[in-house]
Amino acid sequence: MKKSLFWGALTAAGLAAGMSSAATLDDVKARGTLNCGVTTGLVGFAAPNANGRWEGFDVAVCRAVAAAVLGDENAIEFVPTTGKTRFTALASGEIDMLARNTTWTFSRDVDLGFEFAGINYYDGQGFMVPKELGVTSAKELNGATVCIQTGTTTELNLADWFRKNNMEYEPVPIETNAEAQQQYLARACDVYTTDSSGLAATRATFEDPTAHVILPEIISKEPLGPLVRHGDNQWGDVVRWTLNALIAAEEFGITSANVEELASEPTDSPEINRMLGTEGDLGEMLGLDKDWAVRAIAAGGNYGEIFARHIGESTPVGLARGLNAQWTEGGLLYAPPFR
Amino acid sequence: MASYSDPPKESFRPSMLIYDTRYRGITIQIVALIGFLTLLGWIINNTAQNLADLGMRPSFGFLMEPAGYDINQTLIEYQNQDSHLRAAFIGLLNTLLVAVMGCATATILGVLVGILRLSKNWLVARLMTVYVETFRNVPVLLWIVFTMAILIEVFPPPSAFRGDDPEASMAVFDSVAVTNRGIYVPEPLFTRGFGDLSVFGLFEISTNLIVILAVLFAGIWGARKVRQRADRIQNATGVRPTTWHFSLGLIVIPVLAVLIALGLHLGYPALRGFNFQGGIYMRNSLIALWLALSIYTSAFVAEIVRAGILSVSHGQTEAASALGLRPNRVMNLVVLPQALRVIVPPLISQYLNLTKNSSLAIAVGYMDITGTLMGITLNQTGRALETLLLGMLIYLTISLSISAVMNWYNSRVKLVER
Repeated sequence: MKKSLFWGALTAAGLAAGMSSAATLDDVKARGTLNCGVTTGLVGFAAPNANGRWEGFDVAVCRAVAAAVLGDENAIEFVPTTGKTRFTALASGEIDMLARNTTWTFSRDVDLGFEFAGINYYDGQGFMVPKELGVTSAKELNGATVCIQTGTTTELNLADWFRKNNMEYEPVPIETNAEAQQQYLARACDVYTTDSSGLAATRATFEDPTAHVILPEIISKEPLGPLVRHGDNQWGDVVRWTLNALIAAEEFGITSANVEELASEPTDSPEINRMLGTEGDLGEMLGLDKDWAVRAIAAGGNYGEIFARHIGESTPVGLARGLNAQWTEGGLLYAPPFR
Repeated sequence: MASYSDPPKESFRPSMLIYDTRYRGITIQIVALIGFLTLLGWIINNTAQNLADLGMRPSFGFLMEPAGYDINQTLIEYQNQDSHLRAAFIGLLNTLLVAVMGCATATILGVLVGILRLSKNWLVARLMTVYVETFRNVPVLLWIVFTMAILIEVFPPPSAFRGDDPEASMAVFDSVAVTNRGIYVPEPLFTRGFGDLSVFGLFEISTNLIVILAVLFAGIWGARKVRQRADRIQNATGVRPTTWHFSLGLIVIPVLAVLIALGLHLGYPALRGFNFQGGIYMRNSLIALWLALSIYTSAFVAEIVRAGILSVSHGQTEAASALGLRPNRVMNLVVLPQALRVIVPPLISQYLNLTKNSSLAIAVGYMDITGTLMGITLNQTGRALETLLLGMLIYLTISLSISAVMNWYNSRVKLVER
């Protein structure tokens, strides 16, 4: 009797813990800060700047969510994670969301029990080689020594691609981007492979970026996006629609400069009105207030502004919009309607 | 009439479990055991409950799925479509390889340094002190990374060997290529052979190797018989016959004969494409890990050896000298046998440490069991708990096996007291 009471109490406690962890939105509000998992440092995507403030394309998503939920884009605890620790950090509840150029795959979504809130960068795995090697196509890489950052989807893509093309290679697994740079620059490997955005970001930090070329072959689809734990749909919605708001804002021409003005009174466009809270109550449905999207956009600007500031062609990373242009301009970005 | 009877048997009462000293100890132990098992059960149940709440259901089915990734150093056949289990096994073999190489080198270096540190030569003794203090007082991870950095930065890339007027050239009569990707040495090849033997369909083993090893061991066994015969003659007559040429001949000639019969020749590494092809390729990662681990551990072994030798009282050495034994005989016959019983137990710990430290391999990209099972497999499947549990179990097994072997050796060398 006593024993069953003990186990009963334990189960109840376990269930209570389960339920309390399900309401991430309430936890974040009560805590007053958002715990956001980012990389340990990848220029342009997430890295501390000279003043120690985290900056970057992925960081901007965290800041937009923090602004939407808490009204303060700086109320964030950044948790640097490696390729290995990221999923455990999210699953255990150490972080509320993970914005760490993570590829959306079936097994991560279904088997690991995560929920991808959308795609903020359409990427693909590429190869970087020194120009003096004279290689112009990845098909010429038979027998090459390839540096790979371990703990990512790139290992599988690489194995598949070389197998498909009947070529051999010598993999050199490496723990962090910094070590990969050291080996690559010392020519201990001929090729460095990772997501092509990561290659561009890495190349930007080289002494002479022009001495290295990124080969034209993109050997995989790597849709990168923020993710949350499975099972807390409300929190998933908050992150998903904050990202959608940033994307839609660019489509509608809402920028950090004019968002306050557009939100002060209803405009001619009903969809802008609904998004910015001057019409309807979309914010309340999310469990937030009606100005959520205004704050999210004011924090770092719309998707286009964030892209241009951190990884666009005027930055050292120098990425073109390519697939990441709006659908109206031939890209893949397509935010569902705010209705 | 006197009658003796046993004292009346006291019937057992439950209260005796507490008040009777004969039973109290057992009672307390049983209660403690129940408490411990309950705690253990609670921890396991709690973990399972929390995992279930997080949506993580423990399962080991992933081990049979195709691994999908490639491993650079594979001691037995492996393709990326093999299972995660086989990938883990490849990693395990790599762990064992570096552990065995490391333990052997650490022992040789350590014994050498330990003895030299006791040298009467002031300079040699002080140099060895510097060696010991430098290597054992810096974390081993730093040594591993440092060794790797040196290997990468100092040696030329393979492309430097190319062209009509190359910047770098191969060493030792153009047979060894030292590059910043590793060292290529000539490999023994056979023109004739018995082919490969499949072991349980799991991997192939060269029959030539088995034949050569068998002949070698037969030779060593023969040499031992010769030595025993010499011992007998010496005991009987006091004169020891010269046997070294018999022993050498018994060991070397049959092996040479087999090698020639099999058509031994060397395959030299040659630069083809991006890399050298042919020859035995020792990767940078293996060299860096092996060197760093063995040098680091050798500093500890040196101290253990020194302590062991110092533990044998000086009177023993003097007594042996007084009997007319030469210094190397004193060391081999008197000092070392007594020192070993002090040396072996702490040496076991050092072997265990080295094996466990080899899990730092990922720092240089060496694919050991930590890199495959607890690295890439963990990442690809997301099964953190399962892979880590398996990994811990494997390290535990390796460590216990080393302990068992070394304890057996220890029981052989320890003083037999009469």
